[in-house]
Amino acid sequence: MAENNRAVVKLKETFAASIIDVVEFRGEVTVTVAKNAIIEILSFLKQSLQYNLLTDLTAVDYLGKKEERFMMVYLLYSIPNKDRLRIKTPVTEADCTIPTAIPVWKTANWLEREVFDLFGITFSGHPDLRRILMTDDWVGHPLRKDYPLQGPDREPYKGRLS
Amino acid sequence: MAATETMTLNMGPQHPSTHGVLRLVLELDGEVIVKVTPHIGFLHRGVEKLSEHRTYHQILPLTDRLDYLAPMSNNLGYILAVEKLMAVEVPDRAETIRIIMAELTRLESHLVWIACHALDIGAMTVFIYAFRERETVMEIYELISGARMTSNFFRVGGLSQDVPDEFVKKVSDFIDVMPGYLDQYEGLLTTNPIWLKRTVGNGVISAEDAIDIGLTGPALRGSGVDWDLRRDNPYSGYEKYQFKVPTGENCDTFDRYKVRLIEMREACKIVRQALDRLTPGPVLADCPQVCYPPKENVYNSIEGLIHHFKIASEGFVAPEGEVYQGVEAPKGELGFYIVSDGGNMPERLRIRPPSFVNLQAIEQMSVGSMIADLVAVIGTLDIVLGEIDR
Repeated sequence: MAENNRAVVKLKETFAASIIDVVEFRGEVTVTVAKNAIIEILSFLKQSLQYNLLTDLTAVDYLGKKEERFMMVYLLYSIPNKDRLRIKTPVTEADCTIPTAIPVWKTANWLEREVFDLFGITFSGHPDLRRILMTDDWVGHPLRKDYPLQGPDREPYKGRLS
Repeated sequence: MAATETMTLNMGPQHPSTHGVLRLVLELDGEVIVKVTPHIGFLHRGVEKLSEHRTYHQILPLTDRLDYLAPMSNNLGYILAVEKLMAVEVPDRAETIRIIMAELTRLESHLVWIACHALDIGAMTVFIYAFRERETVMEIYELISGARMTSNFFRVGGLSQDVPDEFVKKVSDFIDVMPGYLDQYEGLLTTNPIWLKRTVGNGVISAEDAIDIGLTGPALRGSGVDWDLRRDNPYSGYEKYQFKVPTGENCDTFDRYKVRLIEMREACKIVRQALDRLTPGPVLADCPQVCYPPKENVYNSIEGLIHHFKIASEGFVAPEGEVYQGVEAPKGELGFYIVSDGGNMPERLRIRPPSFVNLQAIEQMSVGSMIADLVAVIGTLDIVLGEIDR
């Protein structure tokens, strides 16, 4: 199924070397690509395949579960074709930076600031990379798995959480 | 010519027209806006972090508190994402009631929008009228869920309980009178010269720019982009309903106002169609691995009690994988992205709030206009800070 997806076919033709994985789950196609080609691939998808709306941009922390700690997730939507595509790219903790997607979609501006704020991934070329939800002097990145749920300098919650 | 200096003015976070706790730092040349820097996060409660430590059922009450003016739309987006992950089929009656409530929620949210938007611009009467009608929707909320705002009525697999007998009459009466009330608001605003002066040509954003900055929902349709998730990627059975998707032409605040008003009329029509489709039947999927048992089983049988205890304490185990579900919430595309590692809690729950992305456009839409026009832009973007800050 995933092999017949219009985007997957084109991506395999053009960026065969950069594609790490293609998965389909519950009818949703996810393509994992190499970090060094990410902006090239995103602009190709926008220019040639009409994925004109960046619905969402976020990250996932796989601390202790995967070799590359973070996964950047780009959720694209094509208004003319009414279909979605998810592009993911791994980011390591040692090299915790990725080029910004603002030249492709302006939407990326605040979404990248949020990822920077909550995950501590930096975006090279971002014009205004400041914290957005937490205060400017906040220490740490709350959505990282090693950041305590109860917050810093507090006793862990002793009751049940679930 | 003498050189002019710009002035920095702080607006909010406690300011009546910033709709909550939005702080804007304005750079002004006289009264003309040169730069707008929004500061958000005052209402950040860490919903995404908390969700990683709760079972799928326990996350549901957190979603009410995102866009607190449209709680059922948030609930709907979240449960649809979980149902997609778990591949649960929902009974027809539950789906239909969900649609009725989702559309009433749209009406409710738009009523608050028109009330506050008009009040910000100086038309106070509309505010009083719209809150009167909103009260009826609140009463329907209370009737079915016991709560006026944090309803928490939907469940993964269906509804928490069936609706009472008065429900159909109450909803039916409301949507019978609602179009007349909409005429009343239009009579107060649509041809009102002050309203026109304040909204026509205000906050213009072209369709191309709007897509580039990620606007969704009525804000995008006001710029003439004919796109609505309910029609184009139907969910929860929306494909069975006939409705128009309004679009604007001039990309300004007035067009967005018209789009939302037509949306309210269409919402009434969808509710009417849904009421006509409503037939008796179960409201919860027959899927004991995932769903709570019916309450009479819990109270009358030991198996039911054990079942309830298991689901309430351990939840259910989701397959490994990731899903995204977007719904057309009143303010735009609300999305829930769940990454499951095969446990009973999500590895990551990402909420894509429409207001957060829409608010980004504020600078583009207001630079070069007056401070008073910025107030109209905030109103027309229809933001809710609970959802922006999460």
